Amino acid sequence: MINRFQQRFMSHLDPMLMGALASLMLVSLVLIYSASGGSTDRVLAQFINILVAFAALWLVANMPLHYLIRSALPIYILGMILLLGVAFFGEIQNGARRWLNLGIATVQPSELMKIAVPLMMAWYFERHEATLAMRNYLFAAVLLIVPFALILRQPDLGTAMLIAASGFYVLFLAGLSWRIILGIAITGMASAPFLWHAMHDYQRQRIMMLLDPSQDPLGKGYHTIQGMIAVGSGGILGKGYLNGTQTHLEFLPERTTDFIFAVYSEEFGLFGNLILLAIYVFILWRGFVITANASTYFTRLMAGSITLTFFTYTFVNMGMVTGILPVVGVPLPLVSYGGTSMLTLYLGFGMLMSIHSHKTLVQS
Amino acid sequence: MRLHKELKNHQREIYFFRFRLIVSFVFMLTLVVILLARLFYLQIIRQSYFTTLADKNRIAVVPIVPNRGLIQDRNGIVLAQNYSGYTLELSPAKITNLEDTINELSTLVDIQPKDRKRFKKLLTESHTSNSYPIRSRLNEVEVARFAAQRFRFPGVEIKARLFREYPYRDKTSHLIGYVGRINDKDFAELEQKNLAANYRGSDYIGKIGIEQSYERELHGTTGFEQVEVDAGGRGVRVLSKEPPKSGSTLTLTVDIKLQEIAEQAFANYRGALVAIDPSNGEVLAFVSKPGYDPNLFVDGIDTDSWDALNNSPDVPLNNRALRGQYPPGSTIKPFMALSALDSGTRTANYSINDPGYFTLPGNRHQYRDWKTGGHGKVDMFKSIVISCDTYYYGLATDMGIDTVHEYLEKFGFGRKTGLDMEGESGGLLPSQDWKKRRFNQIWYPGDTVSVGIGQGYTLVTPMQLAYATAVVANDGVGYRPHLVKQLEADGTTRVSPIDINLELHPEHLALVKRAMVAVTLPGGTAAYAGSGASYSFAGKTGTAQVIGMKQGEKYVAKDISERNRDHAWFIAFAPADKPRIALAVLAENAGHGGSISAPIARKVIDYFLLGKVPPPVVPEKIKGEAEND
Repeated sequence: MINRFQQRFMSHLDPMLMGALASLMLVSLVLIYSASGGSTDRVLAQFINILVAFAALWLVANMPLHYLIRSALPIYILGMILLLGVAFFGEIQNGARRWLNLGIATVQPSELMKIAVPLMMAWYFERHEATLAMRNYLFAAVLLIVPFALILRQPDLGTAMLIAASGFYVLFLAGLSWRIILGIAITGMASAPFLWHAMHDYQRQRIMMLLDPSQDPLGKGYHTIQGMIAVGSGGILGKGYLNGTQTHLEFLPERTTDFIFAVYSEEFGLFGNLILLAIYVFILWRGFVITANASTYFTRLMAGSITLTFFTYTFVNMGMVTGILPVVGVPLPLVSYGGTSMLTLYLGFGMLMSIHSHKTLVQS
Repeated sequence: MRLHKELKNHQREIYFFRFRLIVSFVFMLTLVVILLARLFYLQIIRQSYFTTLADKNRIAVVPIVPNRGLIQDRNGIVLAQNYSGYTLELSPAKITNLEDTINELSTLVDIQPKDRKRFKKLLTESHTSNSYPIRSRLNEVEVARFAAQRFRFPGVEIKARLFREYPYRDKTSHLIGYVGRINDKDFAELEQKNLAANYRGSDYIGKIGIEQSYERELHGTTGFEQVEVDAGGRGVRVLSKEPPKSGSTLTLTVDIKLQEIAEQAFANYRGALVAIDPSNGEVLAFVSKPGYDPNLFVDGIDTDSWDALNNSPDVPLNNRALRGQYPPGSTIKPFMALSALDSGTRTANYSINDPGYFTLPGNRHQYRDWKTGGHGKVDMFKSIVISCDTYYYGLATDMGIDTVHEYLEKFGFGRKTGLDMEGESGGLLPSQDWKKRRFNQIWYPGDTVSVGIGQGYTLVTPMQLAYATAVVANDGVGYRPHLVKQLEADGTTRVSPIDINLELHPEHLALVKRAMVAVTLPGGTAAYAGSGASYSFAGKTGTAQVIGMKQGEKYVAKDISERNRDHAWFIAFAPADKPRIALAVLAENAGHGGSISAPIARKVIDYFLLGKVPPPVVPEKIKGEAEND
């Protein structure tokens, strides 16, 4: 009976990844309770977010791989339509046009593109695997640059950069020549002044704040400074659960979302951070193992991109909270409060698990 | 073969892919190392720095203002007290449009044009405070109405505060003075004296009178509270507390009942009265008329009230008892007499024949006596009783200005008495030196003649004259006058040092005292005021000229405009054999000392010695017999 249940429901779930996801879920619920000032409503809402995301993960993990391959183009096209919809009919919140009201729900299509772009690119490379040439890389780059540009214009620098990263990882793993990578890097640095010129004022300010947050301690630098104070004052062992003064006296902004890592650092200290980082590195390692063992070109590219992008998210969020990256509005993956990002991430892990388990099935 | 090649290619591709994968894995690990380094830096190396910043974020040091000490009279009747009330305060830094906000507020809370004017004045005078009251003493309805609409008014707050209140209003205005809001000038002074820290959170400071002179004792020590605050600045809990030390309660030497009797006795006259206990220097009454309502000044006076007080011809803001300088007139005569006896210029039996005027040798100018035709034969005793001018013209001339100056200085004239209230005037005791410095002129013998009867250059304050009278009453020993009897802090009664010790001959003292008692007996210049006194009542009348009379001109009070009429003096002590009270009364433009000032003194002494409360005075009807000075 138990075996049959396992067979039916659990067979496609990777126990190691599931263990790591469960630990981060626990961390998330515990932290949101503290960061929201003891709001069980918030904790429950996040729990429901995770349940929904888990359902999606389970579905994707159980889906045979060819469904995934076949869905790449339709998802990408749907994503592009929604992005164009945002550009023309999007709702403006906090000065940015990111949301699209579909009548039943308000969605943020850029989130979907986090999955759709690498999926589409991996699919494209798979189709041209045998005859890969320069023009294929160029076309793949176009597949990346168009949504990137649309999202950058919303403006949403953080999401745009992350999508660019996920696309770049596909290009890199697909074998983009080192010379071109070097060329892009050099061009990028050379064009930095022009990029600076093209940026929105608030984006420039965020970068300036990173260089010297004390310039405007109550204005744009406030987030960075309060984040660093929370992390730094946590010390080695932290102030103890529910005892973070920066958190509970509300000096820390965005406590349940983008700055939840500061809450964790303040209350659990360097010691807690080492454990948390270990969990993330463990996921990273497991993702690499799955990628290395993936059976097809498509799955290798997709698994690699998912894994690398996931860790990039983690690094960008922690870097932003500790003041080494500008504040770009990236949540801490699997921990920050929020349904959409949770869903996207779990979908990614669903794909990873599907890639892993269906490979095994094929082999046996 | 082809399959083999493909397989080989496949293998190669896998190796190629795995190489790229390892490169990216290493890259990711580099990122982990960067994060670890950063966390190590923040959480270990800079940990104490960020802990300090976190504490600075959450801990606010809030000053706790001490309660200001009360001021009470010698019998414990409260003259200055604190009561708690609500003020509506605006923080200009947080308000974009003050005018609009005030207009909006006036729909909820009664705000008069004078409140607006006062508020504007506060803004210009002080920059040390964050918030300024637009209205004080809100009633409960107004508080409730504002509280309901609070959200509409960022930067506007209702604060519970202690207010200073002076229940006796104008009766104690020149004695107690008042507190007012600390302005930029006060703040600069506090900083200079290194006291600014103790005034963190204080809004008020003593501006004048006892409130100013005893500011240090009344203010107390500010306490501090460490409060944990959230990002919105709201206090969450108290971490530590250093309680404030309340200011000391001051017990004055003044008897407020006696002060009230004196106030009433003045009726509509302007003037001053200072009464002293000659045996210890305690000031029993300290009156300056008219007064003003000190409560107006506490939260900043509005411009209309200020203009009314400042421009009034009665100069109510002038502390006449402390700062008013007048010619002493004939009240100087007992002091001149004692000086002449002590210096040997006159003996008790020396007498003159008064023709009604005095001339200096070789000069035809007549210095007239107040009585046309003169007083006939006048010795020293009689000279005081009937206030003979001619006697003192000669006396002063014979003494010479240097000796006159030397002796009058010993009685405390020409310098501050050292009363424990700031702002005292020292009067003027002329000398050859002074005239040279002041006018660059030599001293003429004629100058001395006027000094002999308390006219000319000589100026005294009511405080000085009361003190000098107390010195005579106490047989030449003067205790420095003081207003504060007890400080709550030390609990002991203050004893004044002996300031003046003249070592006068008892016979000389006895003679002058006897003469001063005779002043209030039939035949004396204050016989009307002295009639029926059940104690021995020593006094001396005086008239201070406001305008000079030409030769041959006669002073007729009704022909002269009120403000140019003479000031009426009276000095007194009683009982004469063992004096318990000595005083000086000045009634401005009241004419003769005997008819106006002496009755005031009589009422005060009657109450002090006998507890007799005079019937309420009907103004305009104080009229004595037509006695002369």
